[in-house]
Amino acid sequence: MADVMSMDDIRSEAARLNIDLSSIDWDSVRVPPGQDFGIKSDDEDLNEEDSLEFDGGFGNVIIVDNLPVVAREKFEKLEGVVRKIYSQIGVIKENGLWMPVEEDTGKTRGYCFIEYNTPQEAELAKEKTNGYKLDRAHIFAVNMFDEIDKFMKVPDEWAPPEIKPYTPGENLQHWLTDEKGRDQFVIRAGSDTEVLWNDARQVKADPVYKRPFWTESFVQWSPLGTYLATVHRQGAAVWGGASTFNRLMRYAHPQVKLIDFSPGEKYLVTYSSHEPSNPRDTHRVVLNIFDVRTGKVMRDFKGSADEFAIGGTGGFTGVSWPVFRWGGGKEDKYFARMGKNVISVYETETFSLIDKKSIKVENVMDFCWSPTDPIFALFVPELGGGNQPARVSLFQIPGKEELRQKNLFSVSDCKMYWQSNGEYLAVKVDRYTKTKKSTYTGFELFRIKERDIPIEVFELDNKNDKVIAFAWEPKGHRFAVIHGDNPRPDVSFYSVKGGKVLKLTTLKQKQANALFWSPSGRFIILAGLKGFNGQLEFYNVDELETMATAEHFMATDIEWDPTGRYVATSVTSVHEMENGFNIWSFNGKLLYRILKDHFFQFLWRPRPPSFLSPEKEEEIAKNLKKYSKKYDVQDQDISVLLSEQDREKRKQLKDDWERWVNEWKKYHEEEKEARRALRDGEDSDVEEEYEAKEVEVEEELDVKEEVIPDA
Amino acid sequence: MRPILMKGHERPLTFLKYNKDGDLLFSCAKDHTPTVWFADNGERLGTYRGHNGAVWCCDISRDSSRLITGSADQSAMLWDVKSGKQLFTFNFDSPARSVDFSVGEKMAVITTDPFMGLTSAIHIKDIAANPADQVAESKLVIKGPQGRINRAVWGPLNKTIISAGEDAVVRIWDAETGQLLLENDKEVGHKKPITSLAKSTDGSHFLTGSLDKSAKLWDIRSLTLIKTYVTERPVNAVAMSPLLNHVVLGGGQDASAVTTTDHRAGKFEAKFYDKILQEEIGGVKGHFGPINALAFNPDGRSFSSGGEDGYVRLHHFDPDYFKIPSI
Repeated sequence: MADVMSMDDIRSEAARLNIDLSSIDWDSVRVPPGQDFGIKSDDEDLNEEDSLEFDGGFGNVIIVDNLPVVAREKFEKLEGVVRKIYSQIGVIKENGLWMPVEEDTGKTRGYCFIEYNTPQEAELAKEKTNGYKLDRAHIFAVNMFDEIDKFMKVPDEWAPPEIKPYTPGENLQHWLTDEKGRDQFVIRAGSDTEVLWNDARQVKADPVYKRPFWTESFVQWSPLGTYLATVHRQGAAVWGGASTFNRLMRYAHPQVKLIDFSPGEKYLVTYSSHEPSNPRDTHRVVLNIFDVRTGKVMRDFKGSADEFAIGGTGGFTGVSWPVFRWGGGKEDKYFARMGKNVISVYETETFSLIDKKSIKVENVMDFCWSPTDPIFALFVPELGGGNQPARVSLFQIPGKEELRQKNLFSVSDCKMYWQSNGEYLAVKVDRYTKTKKSTYTGFELFRIKERDIPIEVFELDNKNDKVIAFAWEPKGHRFAVIHGDNPRPDVSFYSVKGGKVLKLTTLKQKQANALFWSPSGRFIILAGLKGFNGQLEFYNVDELETMATAEHFMATDIEWDPTGRYVATSVTSVHEMENGFNIWSFNGKLLYRILKDHFFQFLWRPRPPSFLSPEKEEEIAKNLKKYSKKYDVQDQDISVLLSEQDREKRKQLKDDWERWVNEWKKYHEEEKEARRALRDGEDSDVEEEYEAKEVEVEEELDVKEEVIPDA
Repeated sequence: MRPILMKGHERPLTFLKYNKDGDLLFSCAKDHTPTVWFADNGERLGTYRGHNGAVWCCDISRDSSRLITGSADQSAMLWDVKSGKQLFTFNFDSPARSVDFSVGEKMAVITTDPFMGLTSAIHIKDIAANPADQVAESKLVIKGPQGRINRAVWGPLNKTIISAGEDAVVRIWDAETGQLLLENDKEVGHKKPITSLAKSTDGSHFLTGSLDKSAKLWDIRSLTLIKTYVTERPVNAVAMSPLLNHVVLGGGQDASAVTTTDHRAGKFEAKFYDKILQEEIGGVKGHFGPINALAFNPDGRSFSSGGEDGYVRLHHFDPDYFKIPSI
């Protein structure tokens, strides 16, 4: 049977065996394992273990065990009960319920098979009724039919697992050792995804790795830059390596929509939402938490979309991403999610709730982890028509103690902003005015690291100003606010050093609606995106002066590189025109621009935090001259090299052009006579040479004779 | 550089052409009436009335005595430049898109659009010295390319025809037999419809502009790609300076989408590029709407642009322009 049969062969063979081809359900034909009839599969995945979802066939059948054993006369009653339970979950196929009986006694055997229309229904039925208590003695054990195979394969005797020899992996952080200290970024344009070096000194991007159809929806770096995650229909995958990008691990999760890494990139959360079989039901949501390195599912969460819809006001439903928010800094110790009136905090040692219960907070609206410590802030809105004030609380994990609480009155909304070191928490509070017709904004500043967590109340000069944007200086003590109701709002800078809120300056009438601090602080870009068409102002907050103003027309996104040396502004394909990105220096000098049609994403590869101690960093900053000398020389060399290259290139281009021109001249000369003939002998010598002659024309306009009388 | 605004058309401009001496500028628009202007001060000299549809293209004889125009009214007309009289009408079964006189003006190439089941075609007509002897028959009809042929011009010594159009391919045809001689290399060619084509003064090379946001410079004999100029918007019009190594590209967002965004969003600038280095060197703003037509004065000291906004803008270069360093 090694040869492939043609359809004709199949028909004649069927006729010989007396088989009616039209009556065969082809899907039910199963090929013995390992048999391929000489047809090689071109899908490598088929040979791999994690492809169970392709096995299909009996995926819509479940086995219900631990049913009561009943005599023949009670058979129908039992069947009725089982049917009633299982038809609530999905549509049981016609003759899809089969309860075997003992041949001699007619008694049931205590189990049955149920076939649903779809595997999803079967899956759901298994989930919902496994462990269902029919009565005390009969607790259902429900399994997928497909899984029986798996259970059969379990060997009877335990054999020690084979210990694989250790093979050292690649250095996944190799990119950090780049001699020139460059940074990488990934771009996605059209069907291509490409990783490049930002070679700013040579004012160009240097390709690292390019792959078409690398991902099916988007790509994402892990928070420390070790991995690049891609998203596919079957699940997510991470890529990395020393010199190129190899697939390091796959995470099976059919129809995954969103992914999220834990801050220390130990875990990966994947999310998918599935159409319900019954349109009246809400979407079913599946969340998996994988261990990034081993690819093991650490915990999965399933449920209806309602259970995961959080933070909604006034009937808003939908899952807000990320569902799980990671706390406790880079150690990935805790993650939490908000539910109705509760905040559930899990810890990653056991992947279960801390103390086995959630924290009860009536009507909690929003919560937010400190970026460094296991502390989170939460906001509860006003209740009972103002009888119960709104409140912001700080909770410490794992103790679940409330560290600080502040009651707030006539609040319409609150937003929480943590400073990146977790030293400060700013809460922007929108309050109703007395008439309740409008709102005004104030800030509550929590100084987390100080004793008893003092709170500073602070308002803008004109407290009726609308706040458009707020941003903390990373690792710093300053923040910037865009405020005002004008079409051109004002931008103010404040410092909270020493417990007092001190205004540094206000810049009037800026075309800005977004703030982008450099990751190393000190510099900020005041950007006017969307309505302002990509206005950029590069501002130095130490000197309180504008370094440069520029425009990247229609810019939609701005991202600083992780070192704060360069900035990328990009126009993604929300617009049809101008797609591509610009790279700027920190002080607003345009270095280079690359245009790409259908440009979707630009992401800098993050860097892990520096190993240098703060003291060492300070010392370097102090003696910067000494350290930078080396680089000055390199810069010099490169700029000489560049201008040399540039000259070379220009010369080359010029020579090429000259060659063309000479050739054309030659042809032109050769064809002169022929051309003259075409023109009936009109002289064509000067035909293409245009000469501007200056011709002086004197014209007598008027002649008059006048007699000048003698004096 | 203060442009002279020439308002004489009521509809978007389609084509601009200077005469050989550079003293007259002929403009075509969708408003049926080609117009002639003084190229120096932008004064309107006269119009050519007779077409009954948008006029897509025109050409002027070397001695500035004859004008040929191609129109959407399914005709191409010969005019006496001085008097504005119609001398002859070539009738077709579909709109005439492009016209070009041969060297010596004894022939003209006219392209017609695909229309009502007809395919596009390139027609070669004999042009009689005396209009009385003019015949309507085509000397040769070339068919083949899919979609509209936006421009067809004569190659060196009238031996070849170069055509370009919606199928994004540049082709060279034998003008005697109608045989296809060359097609451009698909790898390096345009990816979207070619909208415009301009020959160099000496006819040795030509520039094509395309909706794929680029313009390409080709050798007219071998069809070798010499240069590519990349811009940020679809290119509707191209021109080459006869004086300096500069090329100009004009274009912009589709006219139907311009009102939805900021006027700068369309980028309706005429962009200047260094012909050899392929680098952008400057831009001339002004039109409210895409630029549909560009032409250089044969002396290279002024150029004009025609826009979707119905204006012709005539720019005399500042002295600074001639000081732009070249390599």
